[in-house]
Amino acid sequence: MSTGPASSQATAASDEGPPPLEVRGLVKRYGELTAVAGVDITVRAGDVYGYLGPNGAGKTTSLRMMLGLIRPTEGSVRVFGRDPLQSVAALEGVAGFVEAPTFYPYLSARRNLEMLAAYDGHGASQRIDEALDTVELSGRAKDRVGGYSHGMRQRLGIAASLLRDPKLLLLDEPATGLDPAGMRDMRLLIRRLADQGMTVVLSSHLLAEVEDVCNRVAIVRSGRIVYEGEIAALKRGAAGASYRLETTDDERALAICQAQPGIADTHLNEHGRILFTADEAAVAGLSQALVEAGALIHALAPQTVTLEDLFFSFTEGDAGLAPGADAGEPEPAAHATEATT
Amino acid sequence: MPGTGTVYRWELFKLRHQKRTYLGLGAAIVVPILFVLAIHFRHHGPQHGGDFAFSSYLDRSGLAVPLVLLLFGAVWMFPLITALVAGDIFASEDHNGTLKTILTRSLERWQIFAGKALAAATYAVVAILLSGTVAVVAGSVQSGFNSLQSLSGTIVTAPKATELVYVSLLVYLIPIATIVCIGLLLSSVTRNSAAAVVGTLMVSLLFQLVGILPGLSGLQPYLLSTQFNAWQGLLRTPIDWAPIIRAVWVCLLYAVPAIGAAFLVFIRRDVAGG
Repeated sequence: MSTGPASSQATAASDEGPPPLEVRGLVKRYGELTAVAGVDITVRAGDVYGYLGPNGAGKTTSLRMMLGLIRPTEGSVRVFGRDPLQSVAALEGVAGFVEAPTFYPYLSARRNLEMLAAYDGHGASQRIDEALDTVELSGRAKDRVGGYSHGMRQRLGIAASLLRDPKLLLLDEPATGLDPAGMRDMRLLIRRLADQGMTVVLSSHLLAEVEDVCNRVAIVRSGRIVYEGEIAALKRGAAGASYRLETTDDERALAICQAQPGIADTHLNEHGRILFTADEAAVAGLSQALVEAGALIHALAPQTVTLEDLFFSFTEGDAGLAPGADAGEPEPAAHATEATT
Repeated sequence: MPGTGTVYRWELFKLRHQKRTYLGLGAAIVVPILFVLAIHFRHHGPQHGGDFAFSSYLDRSGLAVPLVLLLFGAVWMFPLITALVAGDIFASEDHNGTLKTILTRSLERWQIFAGKALAAATYAVVAILLSGTVAVVAGSVQSGFNSLQSLSGTIVTAPKATELVYVSLLVYLIPIATIVCIGLLLSSVTRNSAAAVVGTLMVSLLFQLVGILPGLSGLQPYLLSTQFNAWQGLLRTPIDWAPIIRAVWVCLLYAVPAIGAAFLVFIRRDVAGG
């Protein structure tokens, strides 16, 4: 079992063929309301891709368009190079659910899966037992879904997706409404599926969940993508720029920082510690200058940032740009754009 | 490979597990039995001479019972039973939120539409044939399996009358199929089961209302409500095919736009909720 985000899978993935999911210029308007305002994302084979945004940002509408449930006003969706609006055949190898997974409450879990397997064909009915085992619902398979808890329905939703033997799994808020144990189980399940080589798109506003299991992320705000790229690069970009300094003589150290070339944004935090932004070369120069000035260093460390910090910096306020976002690792698909509401 | 037949079989399976199915089929069984009980207890009360077709035969042949039921239940009872499923079959997917579940499998929307429409039609056929059979059996128990007088006054033997009863039920299914189409349309447009069921019944009753409005008698032959009585042509000697043929094309005029519109709505709709 993997113990961390699925970055290794993305790099190990094959580059052959079209990407599992490619969205270009996706727009959805309902009258005056623009739910999705020009989304561009590319999910690569092997990605565990977080699709992040606050409630009402357009995540679910985007996912519905990705699954062919809603027609875009503008733009295109391609799953493995195919258009899901043309035919459901385009969704071969694709599974998932939007919002809460739904079933016929008057039928048992097994009957629901049997029906969906019949609708899938391709030997899906042979996978029912395995899917129920994977989500640990075998013991309750004969119970009517109407009596299932929210968490059990979420797991049944995963089981229904697994019947299709997917290569791309689209999950919309799979851990929402689950208790802590249920969230942990869901996280482990997603990791396990990713370890098996599945590409996963995970729409969520549970940032810890995304940070834990995803390697790449798109942050959506008011229907627009404000960042797409590696989580690690995003954090590295933000964290690498910001440092915390403690010395034997902070007053003198503050003056040195302000005078030192390559050091910027020097200020004191609420605990009286010195914070500044700099690149690594400037930090090395600063260390030497502090020692020469007799301000001995107790601590000089990069500030750790969480995805949550970055998420809020992207999605709150007017700027919509995370600190250091454009210092992230450059990659063709990665970009940070100014958010407009 | 999954196809329309797959959807059809599973829709029938789902119908077998829903209460409303048994509500409709229960009514289809209970109403003829209650009707026969009413005939039975009428013998012990004051006698009222009937003044409608076959009423005088209710005491002499059980085969008159399904025909009288058709006369009285034509515009409301069977349309209501039919609407219980036709009006619900798409709307319930919206209600349960399951449309997105089935539309992301390996079946095209038209296949799902066709399977559901066939299942709704099958339910209507089963309900009416079941009701007719119960009426024949219960009526025969009460009044005997005897010959019947046709609307032209000729006597029809019991076996021949039985055949005519079932063919009449089949002819009655022509306007009922139209009711199915209207139910499917309202189900897919309103996405609300109750609204679609009530709406379908209201459409049926509105046709009858239009038919009795003064000055609109010229419309009578072209109203859906009139077609519910087309089966009576079978019970004349010789058989009067004119109302039956008219029922076919008049019903098509209503059914085809209704099912066509239902199809287009279902095919093109955004599944933003269910």
